[in-house]
Amino acid sequence: MGALARRRRRRIVGLLVLLGLAALACLASIAIGSKPIALDAVWHGLTAPTDTENDIIVRSLRIPRTELALLAGAALGVAGALIQGHTRNPLADPGLLGVTSGAAFAVVVGIFAFGLTSLYGYVWLAFLGAVLTTGLVFLLGAAGRGGPTPLTLALAGAAVSALMVGLISAMAVIDQQSLEAFRFWRVGAVAGRDPVIIGQVLPFLAVGLVLALANAPGLNALSLGEDVARSIGQHVLRTRVLGLVAITLLTGGAVAACGPIGFVGLVVPHVARYVTGPDHRWLLPYAGLIGAVLLLVADIIGRVIAWPGELQVGIVLALIGAPVFVAIVRRKRLVRL
Amino acid sequence: MTALHGVRIGPVGLRFRLRPLVVPLVALALTVFAVALSIRLGDFPMSVGDVLRVLAGAGDATEQYIVFDLRLPRTLTGLLIGAAFGVAGAITQAISRNPLASPDILGVTPGASAGAVGVIVLASGFGGVASVAGAIGLPVAALIGGLVSAALVYVLAWRRGVDGYRLVLVGIGVQAFMLNLTYWLLTIGDVSQAGQALVWITGSLDARSWADLVPVAVALAVFLPLALVGAHVLGALQFDDDTVRNLGARVELSRFALILIAVMLAAIATAAAGPVFFVALATPQIAQRLAGTARPPLVASAVIGALLVSVSDLVARTAFPIELPVGVVTAVLGAPYLMFLIIRKRREVRA
Repeated sequence: MGALARRRRRRIVGLLVLLGLAALACLASIAIGSKPIALDAVWHGLTAPTDTENDIIVRSLRIPRTELALLAGAALGVAGALIQGHTRNPLADPGLLGVTSGAAFAVVVGIFAFGLTSLYGYVWLAFLGAVLTTGLVFLLGAAGRGGPTPLTLALAGAAVSALMVGLISAMAVIDQQSLEAFRFWRVGAVAGRDPVIIGQVLPFLAVGLVLALANAPGLNALSLGEDVARSIGQHVLRTRVLGLVAITLLTGGAVAACGPIGFVGLVVPHVARYVTGPDHRWLLPYAGLIGAVLLLVADIIGRVIAWPGELQVGIVLALIGAPVFVAIVRRKRLVRL
Repeated sequence: MTALHGVRIGPVGLRFRLRPLVVPLVALALTVFAVALSIRLGDFPMSVGDVLRVLAGAGDATEQYIVFDLRLPRTLTGLLIGAAFGVAGAITQAISRNPLASPDILGVTPGASAGAVGVIVLASGFGGVASVAGAIGLPVAALIGGLVSAALVYVLAWRRGVDGYRLVLVGIGVQAFMLNLTYWLLTIGDVSQAGQALVWITGSLDARSWADLVPVAVALAVFLPLALVGAHVLGALQFDDDTVRNLGARVELSRFALILIAVMLAAIATAAAGPVFFVALATPQIAQRLAGTARPPLVASAVIGALLVSVSDLVARTAFPIELPVGVVTAVLGAPYLMFLIIRKRREVRA
């Protein structure tokens, strides 16, 4: 019992440390940017805003961007942990079930067929595309009486995603306008999104997070194997569907607001698993916090590294995050799914 | 499930399953048909008699040019890269024990894409870089990118041996790096360069000549037999490492050799036509489901890969008012078929 209690305490301390890091990253994200603003001016903008240029930058650019990075990072981290838990495949990312490619497909159709160019329009289209595509993948993966299994879901997701990407390429090859808009949306960014966009996706992300946490105990049971889970009273199909809905809401919301940010959902769960092991009740909060910190830090680096220009957060994540991830994989003993 | 069939010739008896043999043969026949159609059809359609006449050496200069310089090399290049991607995918999936794995995970195709897109974007502008990039040329840049990134994956995954799981995780990291490098490069060029780069990373057989065909043919001639020799090891490598050692297989050496074969096939095919989308991932799965085997079968994967790319290029070239890159069609044709197979398989099990 002593060891168990110690481990529990260590996990709680770890969570608190991550919370502290996230708060620090938020502050840094508000303070650091292309235009150097002194800390007291930042404080002024936060507490008693007037209409000075600095206050406007802080309140209408940096705060929304920070909020979005925090939300999207947490959403993608949690969604990644869920999808890897449900498919039991370390290659699974939140886009596996077609969420990302469906969102991208809908956006490109919007540009290609309707000449859409505003981020507000992209949000709804992307979200619609994400939901419809996941629904299609689920129907395909569940066809037949066996119901949805991890393997059929993953393969159906890969197949549907490939189909979408093929069609996207076709439209982008035919129409230069689509390519022009798509290549910048594709890299994924949190810059230039205003509070309206955050308001649009916030409800989906919030519901998604709640559903994800509710899914954790069921997912733990499922990882013992479906038969065992059934025999200890788990409703397998309900658990799977709950998980899929959560993944779709979280990933769809994040992609709709930021564009496809790929690396977080794939890698964060592996990192979180080193700390927590496979227990999803701990894994999910850890993955969410690590994802948030990662996205915030990557966004800050993107503002500094190409100063006075900026590098999009999706690019920074992969170019800096990937080597770090490889180093972790090499160093630690692997925690298998 | 498939039944066992037997042949007996004197004292020699042979028992075998029929489906793994029939599937590649049928696919081969279809491929030959697709190739023949592909040589006939196009902006300048020919009859079967015309084609045979030209192949025999007759026909006027235009016909000779169309068949020997345009359609034949393009069609055969498609055929061979399809086979190469099929085999590379089958080996990768067997070694990593993961149906979602493809040479992407070995770093080959993302590295090749980054190399090629880098050359496309940097070749105009950026002073000194331009001349170097221009001189290297696309296929060589892609080949170098693919091989360097594959070597990176293998070296980074090495820690007293290469564990299949760690290989996959390191592959994810390297792939993410290379892909995002590619996306970033796509945003810094102008839109026409981005268009050219997009066609390349989707996979295209447009204007492929004998010079593109020869390296792929040589690679297949060398590595396909080697892969078949090593195929029995693939069965053993499916288990975890301890089991494999107990079975007596020389794990590291065999695995290294097989990975090398997959990497070389995928890298050379990618250099010729770009990372033709979805072929290496879907083909082994389609072959495995059709043949009813426990792991992706090599020969059937090769033939079905060749079939998928041949048919797709025929469609990409002739079905639309403008020509599309073949990679668009491989996904659009291959994905629904794979989904159909997944669903049908489950219906069978239920019955």
